[in-house]
Amino acid sequence: MTLSPGFDQPVADGQAVFRGALDALARPGSVVALTALPPAPAPLLPAAAALVLALADVDTPLWLDPILLSEAVLGYLRFHCGCPIVAQPSQAVFAVVAEPATMPPLHCFALGDDEYPDRSTTLILQLPALEGGPEVSLAGPGNALARRIAPAGLPAGFWAMARDNHALFPRGVDLLLVAGGSLLALPRSSRVEG
Amino acid sequence: MTTATGYNFAYLDEQTKRMIRRAILKAVAIPGYQVPFGSREMPLPYGWGTGGIQVTASVIGSADVLKVIDQGADDTTNAVSIRRFFARTAGVATTRRTTEATIIQTRHRIPETPLREGQILVYQVPIPEPLRWLEPRESETRKMHALADYGVMHVKLYEDIARHGRIATSYDYPVLVNDRYLMRPSPIPKFDNPKMHMNPALQLFGAGREKRIYAVPPYTKVVSLDFEDHPFEVQRWDDCCALCGAADSYLDEVITDDRGGRIFVCSDSDYCTGRIGP
Repeated sequence: MTLSPGFDQPVADGQAVFRGALDALARPGSVVALTALPPAPAPLLPAAAALVLALADVDTPLWLDPILLSEAVLGYLRFHCGCPIVAQPSQAVFAVVAEPATMPPLHCFALGDDEYPDRSTTLILQLPALEGGPEVSLAGPGNALARRIAPAGLPAGFWAMARDNHALFPRGVDLLLVAGGSLLALPRSSRVEG
Repeated sequence: MTTATGYNFAYLDEQTKRMIRRAILKAVAIPGYQVPFGSREMPLPYGWGTGGIQVTASVIGSADVLKVIDQGADDTTNAVSIRRFFARTAGVATTRRTTEATIIQTRHRIPETPLREGQILVYQVPIPEPLRWLEPRESETRKMHALADYGVMHVKLYEDIARHGRIATSYDYPVLVNDRYLMRPSPIPKFDNPKMHMNPALQLFGAGREKRIYAVPPYTKVVSLDFEDHPFEVQRWDDCCALCGAADSYLDEVITDDRGGRIFVCSDSDYCTGRIGP
């Protein structure tokens, strides 16, 4: 079995991908194109792999949904990130979901507590597209006016879960939705409307 | 300037950067909440901006243009040495122009020139906890933030009014971020507080000694605490800047002789220079 390579330029690419994630979280709902994409073993999308390579390491337990638990993906992440893979979503600092239709409810992930709301999971959701789905709008920090978004491929009841997640503020999970080489952030601070 | 060899890009190692980057992302997702992080020893003492430098080092890329100010000025010791540090360890372009910079690291001022979307303002923070002088125990202030129990700060401001007839706090004036977290804006004059509200730029705060990172995302509500009958107000001067004539900027008093002579000049050196013209 051959191992796919990680970033072409680990330092510069890691910084560029982090800035993409920072930009996306600072302006929730805006679509940000990632400039550095590593070749990743399917079904791990390059954009999701880029985020994990840039942000996860030996200090960050990672949860993967069952379809991602292949030897190719596990070997890739173990080699490039060295992050422990955990079985319980509530133990995860990062989680990657390749099949949102069968994902656990958001409240099953680490939500942090009132004193340490930062001890919560960041979910990376792989979607078919970030446009063309049912439209909702996001308001709150990062957006001067409500921003309309329409990511495709989210499970039924997702937006109700996202509203519940916001209601927990300052607790809650933060979501990074990826498709192709792009990303869109849905932090807990964003209010879902419409 | 030649780039220093033997160091990773922007001085910090990659694992440290990842740790700080994760803290920054959580800070942006929870506006005003202080995220603990593993602050590293830096090649300058605590109190000289180690928190701001670690945040800048984790955010900066080779395409960024960096501006550093200390009390508004680009040419003071702290600003010059930090700018040189990043020119040497990251090889980035530096500038004194607020409009040209993509990242502005600041000690104790927000530039007078309005910031724009895409810019990042990095504050150097000495004491991140707004309640620290009122409640020394971290375990208690953490509970107060968890419960959003900020009455003690209103009592402090009320005692100011009872003693002085007005709120005497003139810098590091407490703000409420996104209607939830009480936040210390770092020792900026309260003159700058209104600029934090709904600012198009991303504001990041780094406290090295205290090991905390917090953030205000763009277009976020930032309200200075006050009372209905004692509304928040900023400093005013009777004078204009003696160099550029600005009546709308924060002025520093400069003693000119030993016979009581004094002038007022802009604290923001780039703003002042830009008004005087090339």
